[in-house]
Amino acid sequence: MASEKTTGIIVAAQGNLLTVKFTGVIRQNELVFVKTGGQSLKGEVIEINGNLAKVQVFEPTRGVRYGDTVEFDEELLSVELGPGLLQSVYDGLQNPLEDVAQEAGYFLPRGLYLSPLDREKKWAFTPSAEVGDTVERASYLGSVPEGVIEHKIMVPFRFEGKGTITEMKSAGDYTIEEEIAKIKDENGKVHSVTMSQKWPSKFPLRFGKRKYPDKPMTTGCRIIDGPFPVAKGGTFCTPGPFGAGKTVLQHQISKNAEAQVVIVVACGERAGEVVEILREFPLLDDPQTGKKLMDRTCIICNTSSMPVAARESSVYVGATIGEYYRQMGLDTLLLADSTSRWAQALREMSGRLEEIPGEEAFPAYLASRIAEFYERAGLVQNSSGDIGSLTMGGAVSPAGGNFEEPVTQATLAVVGCFMGLSRSRSDARRYPAIDPLISWSKYFDRFRETGDEELKTMVQIIHMAQQILIESDEIGKKMSVVGEEGISLDDIVLFLKGEFYDSVLLQQNAFDKVDTTCDVHRQLELAEVVGEVLDKKFSFDTRDDARSYFVDLTNEIIQWNYTAKGDSSFKQQKGAILERIREDK
Amino acid sequence: MIKAYNKIERIKGSIAQVKAEGVFLGELAQIKMKNGGSTLAEVISFDDDRVNLQIYQGTMGVSTGDQTRFLGKPMQVRFGDSLLGRVFNGSGDPIDDGPEVMEESVDIGGPSFNPARRIIPRRMVKTNIPMIDMFNTLVISQKIPIFSIPGEPYNELLARIASQTDADIIILGGMGLKYDDYEFFHQYFTNSGAMEKTCMFVHTASDPVVECLLVPDMALAVAEEFAIQDKDVLVLLTDMTAFADAGKEISISMEMVPSNRGYPGSLYSDLAARYEKAVDIDGSGSITLIAVTTMPGDDVTHPVPDNTGYITEGQFYLHNGVIDPFGSLSRLKQQVMGKVTREDHGDLANAMIRLYADAKKARDRESMGFRLSEWDQKLIKFSVMFEDKMMDLSVNLDIEDQLVLGWEILADCFEYNETGIKNEWIQKYGKWSK
Ligand SMILES: Nc1ncnc2c1ncn2[C@@H]1O[C@H](COP(=O)(O)OP(=O)(O)OP(=O)(O)O)[C@@H](O)[C@H]1O
Ligand SMILES: [Mg+2]
Repeated sequence: MASEKTTGIIVAAQGNLLTVKFTGVIRQNELVFVKTGGQSLKGEVIEINGNLAKVQVFEPTRGVRYGDTVEFDEELLSVELGPGLLQSVYDGLQNPLEDVAQEAGYFLPRGLYLSPLDREKKWAFTPSAEVGDTVERASYLGSVPEGVIEHKIMVPFRFEGKGTITEMKSAGDYTIEEEIAKIKDENGKVHSVTMSQKWPSKFPLRFGKRKYPDKPMTTGCRIIDGPFPVAKGGTFCTPGPFGAGKTVLQHQISKNAEAQVVIVVACGERAGEVVEILREFPLLDDPQTGKKLMDRTCIICNTSSMPVAARESSVYVGATIGEYYRQMGLDTLLLADSTSRWAQALREMSGRLEEIPGEEAFPAYLASRIAEFYERAGLVQNSSGDIGSLTMGGAVSPAGGNFEEPVTQATLAVVGCFMGLSRSRSDARRYPAIDPLISWSKYFDRFRETGDEELKTMVQIIHMAQQILIESDEIGKKMSVVGEEGISLDDIVLFLKGEFYDSVLLQQNAFDKVDTTCDVHRQLELAEVVGEVLDKKFSFDTRDDARSYFVDLTNEIIQWNYTAKGDSSFKQQKGAILERIREDK
Repeated sequence: MIKAYNKIERIKGSIAQVKAEGVFLGELAQIKMKNGGSTLAEVISFDDDRVNLQIYQGTMGVSTGDQTRFLGKPMQVRFGDSLLGRVFNGSGDPIDDGPEVMEESVDIGGPSFNPARRIIPRRMVKTNIPMIDMFNTLVISQKIPIFSIPGEPYNELLARIASQTDADIIILGGMGLKYDDYEFFHQYFTNSGAMEKTCMFVHTASDPVVECLLVPDMALAVAEEFAIQDKDVLVLLTDMTAFADAGKEISISMEMVPSNRGYPGSLYSDLAARYEKAVDIDGSGSITLIAVTTMPGDDVTHPVPDNTGYITEGQFYLHNGVIDPFGSLSRLKQQVMGKVTREDHGDLANAMIRLYADAKKARDRESMGFRLSEWDQKLIKFSVMFEDKMMDLSVNLDIEDQLVLGWEILADCFEYNETGIKNEWIQKYGKWSK
């Protein structure tokens, strides 16, 4: 580190792509600082040829001059990890936006890089390892309480081989820069360990055994937890046209998902939407812990007008933070809105590099980048035996709402669950607008073999309901051609059953304070009621009878969905519903 | 020190290349033409000493012997109160026969607003147009386009909204405007008295294409300065499709690989960089942005409306001279409906839209020659009243009166228990005789 840094000068520039003539040794993807007009702008080496390096700058490059100096940093683009990540709001380069606002006011100035973690704050450290213990990278050394979680302090991930603890601080308050242990490696070299470390964001951070994701991560969203469930450590995507409800859905999931840490990556979307999270989460209660939602949340926010290159970086910063908490044995969830904007950032840079374009001008490596990204999800057992998970969900914004486009297709090839939002459902205000006839989840079948009885029952009912929905849809189509007169009464009833299931179970009102989330027990309770209706053989006299029966029943159940479980009328409403179902018809 | 160079090496599209040293990206240059005129240009890239300049007025007639002077500063716009009442072109020069403006200069295309400093917008913008105030409420700091087929009265709608809101400042950015449209805005604002608080940046269809790209940045840079000075600014941009097309034309002439129907891959970011300037500044002013996006072939999946829809906070669909109650959506309306406005607002608006949707179906049945039920007839009566009294763009009412009118229409057409509105509101606000 002490050695002289390699430097170079700018010889060509176009947009945020610079060509730098350098002397010395540099590495691919090394960070650089472009010294221009008294500022220092972060960038990254993306191509090397002889003594010329192509550098992508993460900031607007206006004012960059021929001959400006560029310093090579040796480090790769990295994320700083340690206590204090939760509750933070970062940009795509992990710059803390609240601190930037303190320093610079309303606007985001170029070249202002502040420390991602508070360097002064003291954390109450409790050691769990002792002098003489043999450790390796990612072994626990101790922990500090961070909001609602036990934040494990681990042996640095870059530590090679086995090591022996030669010094260990006793319990007490330390900053992230103070030494808490010394570890001697196999070569006898002694390393000083603090509570923070860096990790290059584009490398997966995973130490331990991968496990097969076979337990659900519930979201409180019935249409997900029922027919299109997500596994802990699994992946899902939510493509849909503009205004179909991708962001509202992600916000709902980020509030109610059964995860200990939630990372929200606002990638190239509206700033206003992040503000809702920023302002609301500190006030909302976390249904699982009773603490505030913000306590378990970390926000990476590189919205659409912020620099495009940093947008590309934002999803990796998010993934790295998710993996870090997973390494502690925690269940983490990463939500990215929208991965299409990230793909577009790749496309813009690829265009500037004059690479041979693929479909819709996306680079040829688009699909492999998407696959690599989702591969970072997973269930991992660490060396201490704890199992942590990183579940990842990405919104996709296909051009024209047409799923036959490169980003959607590449994503569908790798995720475990596809929730396709459709314009026709959102137009009909059937929210969440996930189309139950095109969506799928590979985890659904896994859960059929589970030992969990509740889950098993749920899966059975939903399986039947989905079959009815498919038939119901067929009948509906026929009806729109031949009119109701051409359909038998039995088929009408089947049609109504499908509509009924859709209305009371699949649809859910995000803006109703009770209905917005539904815990698994309540979901099962509802599913059992719905199952009873779907199973029942009705004998109505006329079509109108059938129709008005289902309209009434649907309304009653929706009212029940709006009733809080603790409410005195909850049981009574259920009783009335069951009575109606069980009376002769 | 200002450097001058006397040779232009290459000319193509709107780009000219000169050999020069020490220039910077975004630096402004002036090209003095043989015929005595001059044009501004901007450094868009350099490779060694070869510098590519984008020429604002286009390269037509530029000679290899013309002189290029680098001015050592980026493109800027003048800002101050004396801009009000004035009209400028895309390069920022006055085109209204008025004097040069002597004000401070500010850079255009400045940095983005820190998301951590944003607040949740909660102030309503009253337009007195029921299809907006009542059904798709506009909120301070909203960015929203009017999606329209060419030929619809979108500029009339914009002008009316602008004149009827109580914005402190109006900034109009015109792109690819027909001369008649420009005259229309000027007349309209002069007659309504709004011109005194208005500043216009106008690119007409016959002006050079590069200037079209500059218009939104000029307009928004000025808007931002006013907003910081505690002013509520309304920015009107018409037509953003012309802006996108200008970007397409230039990127193709620069041989960039197009992504979709000829548009550059950066279309989304280019549009977002402008729209995201909309903001409500805590303790200060605001920028609300209403744009026009004409849809070629009435196709929403065309790249320009499509990308716009992914950026803005809803859209107004202009169809057959009215704002379509179905496709239109204000994504911020829930921030003010029933909170800033009267408590029954949301429920009343939803009920009316639902009934209107049912009425459409009843009308279909009517046109297919089916026998109409009594309910169908009520619905049809309702839809006629709804269209005449609320949808018609000439209706001009305060939101309070719009709500009263809504209840009156319902009472005229239905029994109170047929509306599906909760009893509490019916008791309190309904117009049925007890
Ligand atoms: N579950 C829901 N319940 C009620 N309304 C909803 C729901 N989901 C979405 N909406 C309505 O649809 C609007 C758009 O939703 P949202 O912002 O989530 O769309 P999006 O798919 O993220 O669009 P974009 O791609 O443009 O970001 C919301 O402002 C809201 O009015
Ligand atoms: Mg969204």
